[in-house]
Amino acid sequence: MPGKLRVRVDQEKCQGHARCKSLAPELFELDELGNAHEAGDGTVPAGLEDKAWLAQSNCPEIAIVVIEE
Amino acid sequence: MSDHAPVTDWVHDFDHTDPRWTENPYPIWDELRAASPVVHTERFLGCYMPTTFNAVKQIAYDTEHFSSRRVVVRDIRPDTIPAPPITSDPPEHKPAKQLLLPYFTPDAIRKLEPRVRAICNELIDGFIGDGGCDAAARYSRHIPVRAIAHMLGIPEADGDRFIQWIHEILELGIKEQSILMKAVHEMMAYFGGHIERRKKEPKDDLITTLMNARDHNGQPLPDLHVQGTLRLLLIAGIDTTWSAIGSSLWHLARTPADRERLLAEPALLPTAVEEFLRAFAPVTMAREVMKETEIGGCPIKPGNMVLLSFPTANRDPSVFPDADKVVIDRKQNPHAAFGLGIHRCIGSNLARMEMTVAIEEWLKRIPDFRLDPAGTVTWSEGTVRGPRQLPVLFGKA
Repeated sequence: MPGKLRVRVDQEKCQGHARCKSLAPELFELDELGNAHEAGDGTVPAGLEDKAWLAQSNCPEIAIVVIEE
Repeated sequence: MSDHAPVTDWVHDFDHTDPRWTENPYPIWDELRAASPVVHTERFLGCYMPTTFNAVKQIAYDTEHFSSRRVVVRDIRPDTIPAPPITSDPPEHKPAKQLLLPYFTPDAIRKLEPRVRAICNELIDGFIGDGGCDAAARYSRHIPVRAIAHMLGIPEADGDRFIQWIHEILELGIKEQSILMKAVHEMMAYFGGHIERRKKEPKDDLITTLMNARDHNGQPLPDLHVQGTLRLLLIAGIDTTWSAIGSSLWHLARTPADRERLLAEPALLPTAVEEFLRAFAPVTMAREVMKETEIGGCPIKPGNMVLLSFPTANRDPSVFPDADKVVIDRKQNPHAAFGLGIHRCIGSNLARMEMTVAIEEWLKRIPDFRLDPAGTVTWSEGTVRGPRQLPVLFGKA
């Protein structure tokens, strides 16, 4: 049984490409400037793990951290 | 106009205005990348070019050694012409960009989608009965022109003038300063008129918004800042997306399997759009070297320009397996079509929306099309790459 995942957006690195929001809208939110942050505390609900990895691997700035807990 | 000698040694004497580069740059980029992560040419008064994803990224992130005050590689180094924020370096860059960002978020752009969809269908209505068309001249180029005019609050009917200015600034102006300056001055007069009219009668548009904006000291922006930003939004918003839509249609015209797949699986389109952006990234930027440094083991000297080719980065096989193939369901695609670092294209959400809608509406009404064997596809030269002539025939062959 794999552990739970959490996502986090590194605010220093995010430049607002918004790829994460389009690939995993449940896991990320955009602020009024279009920069991303994780939804809530970043906990990835069961069944959305693939989307977390997908968002991470498509971020051009490598700004998304996926933590396995 | 100064003509350039044909290139005989790409690695030591590259020239992004050479007709062979314009026609098919990909094998040239592969040759340069195999030679070194950074190459240099004496042309353009001295210019480097990073050839790998990592070297491109390193330069894009390094605003200390590399300035954005000149963002086009030209034969000459005219006085800098500020167009904030694209020509801004830290610390001026951030406030100038933050002013604009709220108007370009995905939510803000979504509101323009119905207008763009209507524009696409009006254009298709104009040629669908003809059995074929030049998809660049009749379709792809008009979509971003009208969309950005709509956003800025200037007449969509002025589009031909905008296209002429862009051609003069980004293509002819690489080799001829007088053409560049003429276009810049004409644009300043054009936007100056719009600014003056709004001083008397404000409108609900981006020009008025910029005029009402305050900097971090609570002061209105100087007219020159507003002017520069408007020039930027017009130039950057048009031939870039025009090129991206055109290249996507060019690919689909030649690849029936991808067309059929998108017709059968319309939900795949956003993924395909990212792949078109990767494979056919239209925009090459530039930097000016301010301080001596080293990139990928290569010494970098001040006084040179840098041709910052995001399209080349997107073809680096160490980051993108099968980089030379268009894989419309590519899962891992952290491409750099919109740049990397603080200068990420502010219009990326707008461009994506325009591309998606333009391809969607085209495929709905013209599901089958192919290149016209009697016609010729031509490509733009220099800074922005895309088809300028794209003759296609409708229906099955």
